[in-house]
Amino acid sequence: MSDSAIPAAIKVQAPPIELEREALVENQRSIGWISDRVAAIVEGKAPLWWWAAFIPSVTALGMLGFLLFYQITVGVGVWGNQHPVMWGWDIINFVWWIGIGHAGTLISAILFLLRQKWRTAVNRAAEAMTIFAVMCAGIYPGLHVGRVWFDWYLFPIPNSNIIWPQFRSPLMWDVFAVSTYFTVSVLFWYMGLIPDLAVMRDRAKTKIRKFFYGLFSLGWTGANRHWSNYEKAYLILAGLSTPLVLSVHSIVSLDFAVSQLPGWHTTIFPPYFVAGAVFSGFGMVLTLLIPLRSMCKLEDIITIRHIDLMCKVTLATGTIVGYAYIMELFIAWYGGNPYERYAFLNRIAGPYAWGYWIMMCCNVIVPQLFWIKWCRTNLIFVFIMSILVNVGMWFERFVIIVISLHREFLPGNWGYFSPTWVDVCTYLGTFGLFFTMFLLFLKFVPMIAISEVKGVTPQADPHHPLGGAKGGHH
Amino acid sequence: MAATTQQFGIMAEFETPADVMHAAEQVRDAGYRRWDVYSPYPIHGMDDAMGLKNSKVGYIAFGGGITGFFSGMLMIWWMNSFDYPIVIGGKPMFSPFGAFPPSYELTILLGAFGSLFGMLFLNRLPKWYHPLLKHPRFKGASHDKYYIVIECTDPRYTEKETRALLEKTGSKHIEMVED
Repeated sequence: MSDSAIPAAIKVQAPPIELEREALVENQRSIGWISDRVAAIVEGKAPLWWWAAFIPSVTALGMLGFLLFYQITVGVGVWGNQHPVMWGWDIINFVWWIGIGHAGTLISAILFLLRQKWRTAVNRAAEAMTIFAVMCAGIYPGLHVGRVWFDWYLFPIPNSNIIWPQFRSPLMWDVFAVSTYFTVSVLFWYMGLIPDLAVMRDRAKTKIRKFFYGLFSLGWTGANRHWSNYEKAYLILAGLSTPLVLSVHSIVSLDFAVSQLPGWHTTIFPPYFVAGAVFSGFGMVLTLLIPLRSMCKLEDIITIRHIDLMCKVTLATGTIVGYAYIMELFIAWYGGNPYERYAFLNRIAGPYAWGYWIMMCCNVIVPQLFWIKWCRTNLIFVFIMSILVNVGMWFERFVIIVISLHREFLPGNWGYFSPTWVDVCTYLGTFGLFFTMFLLFLKFVPMIAISEVKGVTPQADPHHPLGGAKGGHH
Repeated sequence: MAATTQQFGIMAEFETPADVMHAAEQVRDAGYRRWDVYSPYPIHGMDDAMGLKNSKVGYIAFGGGITGFFSGMLMIWWMNSFDYPIVIGGKPMFSPFGAFPPSYELTILLGAFGSLFGMLFLNRLPKWYHPLLKHPRFKGASHDKYYIVIECTDPRYTEKETRALLEKTGSKHIEMVED
């Protein structure tokens, strides 16, 4: 094994072929190709499928506007919320939407800290999804108070009797958690966009595009002195968003766990809610990206490997959720509290048992299929599974909220909850808001983080032969 | 009115990240100070090649976070325990545990403001006018080209020597940029 036997040119030995990772961008695409491909989605005319999705979305958004007007003018009585179920679809949908948002922050922050380079292909769209999902979520707490003109009581402003809001309530914590989450998600998303808006500015042909992309790219030149501060700021934002994303759904869960109600009053709630949130969020990311990658011709950037990896995250978080369900049942039995035991028996075999079993099938059994490689790489199968994940997660919130509330301590407080048409249509309307925003995002903003994807290609690495490194150097 | 055009600097174009990095090392070693490397993405190792120090964004973000935490704690103490105390559920007027979640969120919020706005401040952005952004060839800096620009205001700058240095680094295309 003498050193001189190895020619200088191959002194840096490549890893053995079985350890070589699959390329993140397939077919050896050049750096220029990445900006051409991604920018083409924004620069071209809106394709037919875009209009076919946009028109129903805007219609549903209009319906949402009408229903909010109706609910505000008539009152919360138009919803199915009745004693004893005073939290119904409003809070179910609030928790559901905000949970969906969590995948975006997980991809942009936690996977960044873990140096998971594959995140670059999906983080922009997932962050956009986060912002729009939190917007949908934000509608509900604002409206379910009934008299929306008193919403300002939520903010740290003294009311008309100069009394301050009291911060011993988790509902106040929630206001701070959700508003911080929204603001920081927007900041993180916008910061990632600055170099890509500069790409769009440099490519712009029309005056309007030049003006707006120029305005929002803030005069970004790509100077390394700027990149140096930018990368540090990005790292810090990722470091701050990580505890943020873990805290937001923890605090949402405290809205329940701090109360005394059987089925809510448990310490497992914060981690269980966070895992469920990431699980549902990855479901939504897959639901959105699987059709988009083929419609926008991004198969070389969002590869099968990306789908495979996201399915693995879904499997991991889904397994945590399944564990939490079983642990909840165990503690209900082992804790020996008769009300707690009854609450769980009532979930399993009570009048809403169908909801409980839908939840169990979709959240516990469905993700376990992702142990099989075929299930993770067959796009149609993954797409169907990803929708089932979010059906299951919707029912999880239904189980927690409605089943726990409808039979509490005294049989005199028992009832049965049914949603009204306003509940259902408001929920459908939030999809209108979500998809309208998402489609506008696809139309005007690069949906792939161009500069970040460029940065993870071998051509971008000055120490890689494709990046121009001469053999033997370094 | 100003008929004479001022020069902003001299621009050298490179094809690969390795080329621009070796060139940057040479410009650094020649002792230039007012110069920069322009690339479509951050090049790993370029800070060392340029001789840059660690970014100061962290201090600004840290200051933001500290401010957020203490203003949250102080706000809650002042509102619920000092300005208008009300007993609710027999709980203490102020407890650091109950005040922690909102203060924690404010730590993150102001820390995030500190990092984004700190980054913009250190980069002197937004700056919607820049001589390089007028230059048609510079559009490659956001696409797939790499540039080194040495500004005329650099104390070591002389048109002849600086051009000679950039030619020595192997740039195929060198030209002057007007201010």
